[in-house]
Amino acid sequence: MSPSDTPENTTAPGVEGNAADAPLIVFDKVVKRFGDLTVLDHLDFNVEAGERVTLIGPSGSGKTTILRLLMTLEKVTEGHINIGGEPFSHMPRGSGLVPASESYLRQRRKSIGMVFQQFNLFPNMTVRKNIMEAPVHVLGLSKDEASERAAELLDLVGLGDKIDAHPTQLSGGQQQRVAIARALAMRPEILLLDEVTSALDPELVAGVLDVLREVAETTDITMLCVTHEMGFARDVSHRVLMFDKGQIAEEGHPDQIFGDPREDRTKSFLKSVLENGH
Amino acid sequence: MEFVISQWPRFLDGAWLTIQLTLGGIVLSFVLAMFFGILGTVGHWLPRAVATVYVEVFRGIAALVVMYWFIYALPLATGFQLDDMFAAILALGLNLGAYGAEVVRSSINAVPKAQIEATVSLNMSWLQRTRLVVLPQAWAQMLPTFGNLVVELMKATAVVYLVGLHDLSWVADDLRRLSGDTIPVFLVAFALYYLVAQVLIFCVRLLERRANHKLGRTPPSGGGLIGLLRPPTVGTKVGMAK
Repeated sequence: MSPSDTPENTTAPGVEGNAADAPLIVFDKVVKRFGDLTVLDHLDFNVEAGERVTLIGPSGSGKTTILRLLMTLEKVTEGHINIGGEPFSHMPRGSGLVPASESYLRQRRKSIGMVFQQFNLFPNMTVRKNIMEAPVHVLGLSKDEASERAAELLDLVGLGDKIDAHPTQLSGGQQQRVAIARALAMRPEILLLDEVTSALDPELVAGVLDVLREVAETTDITMLCVTHEMGFARDVSHRVLMFDKGQIAEEGHPDQIFGDPREDRTKSFLKSVLENGH
Repeated sequence: MEFVISQWPRFLDGAWLTIQLTLGGIVLSFVLAMFFGILGTVGHWLPRAVATVYVEVFRGIAALVVMYWFIYALPLATGFQLDDMFAAILALGLNLGAYGAEVVRSSINAVPKAQIEATVSLNMSWLQRTRLVVLPQAWAQMLPTFGNLVVELMKATAVVYLVGLHDLSWVADDLRRLSGDTIPVFLVAFALYYLVAQVLIFCVRLLERRANHKLGRTPPSGGGLIGLLRPPTVGTKVGMAK
């Protein structure tokens, strides 16, 4: 996979689709505050369908909050998020928009999946059940169909022999690969990856990243990825967004951001990440 | 002592009534505890308010007073007479159900938030999340306290003696009055209560072990029946999924 090479190009290089198409994800002056703390400050950015975007930046810069807003785990304080040309954080009522209700969100977040830093597998289920319960109960697949899909996905992540294991019997890296399979089982159009290797021992990181590279190469899932794995970001993403203080400090093609960063904040951030051994 | 042995069938009758009251109370209080406990975790204020009213009312009133109400006051007020046994179970169940509801509510609230977030990411509804993820995990948390409550309930059945039901306490006291063999009579009652309590605790521990096993927690020192004689100390390895 080689993303195209025009550093300034902020629409997804190599992504199909005509220019008239609206971007898949639109953040429109999004503000997120927790009490007095402003985490996202009038943030505007778009993601095209099929684009893979990596979000980098110091902790507290708002990267994870962006993913959590998209997964509807948080609500925007101000501004709007639209997905697929339709309101997402809000819903139409009368002639205006009101904050989305739970049932509206349930309808709209169908197309989104997320993998968490701490895996969050369900300890009361086997690996198979972890993957097939939502497809059966939420998507209405038959048990046979869901079980078959679970087996296929486990093969994809290299854990075909662990289908009847219990999450506690797996290493962190294996658990995270199951979590990826679980998210993929819902056939998401958008996959959110929230520091998916940060909780892993160093020797387990490569296995998880290999699985994600494979997903990136073989599907057209739109991916938003918060990570400190700069090599992975460089290989997989079409575009890198550098966040600082709730705003985009710099954005561009990975080769430019990592090879020739223009902003001092980007330079110092990348330097600190490299010094920490990533 | 011979008298006590000759009266063995009466002890067994009394113990059987105590067991019936206990089992009836367990079933009713379990249903109430689950219903009002889950209600107490719902986001909307109205169901939560209903759960709070139930818990505070029935936790605050002695089961015996509730029993008196059902047996003596209700017929005067409505002309409707409940069966004494049914009224006793109702009063015990309502009382213990209020304690149980608090256990259910706090156990549900103790399920890690990250688990709930995972269910959101899989787009599960509230009902799916509760049934598939939250309750199975909260269940293991509830059981140790349920064990206490079940024994409390069994002991609380002794008050039915005051509304004229012939339970184990009533039989023991009656035999004491008839024979004057105070010490042997109460020794037998003591032993029978203890035995019933042990059986109940054993059953709860069996459930507890099964629940922990389902969460991938290994029983201490291997398990086996001997392991059930002491409280399970679950290892700290709860699994990495937080």
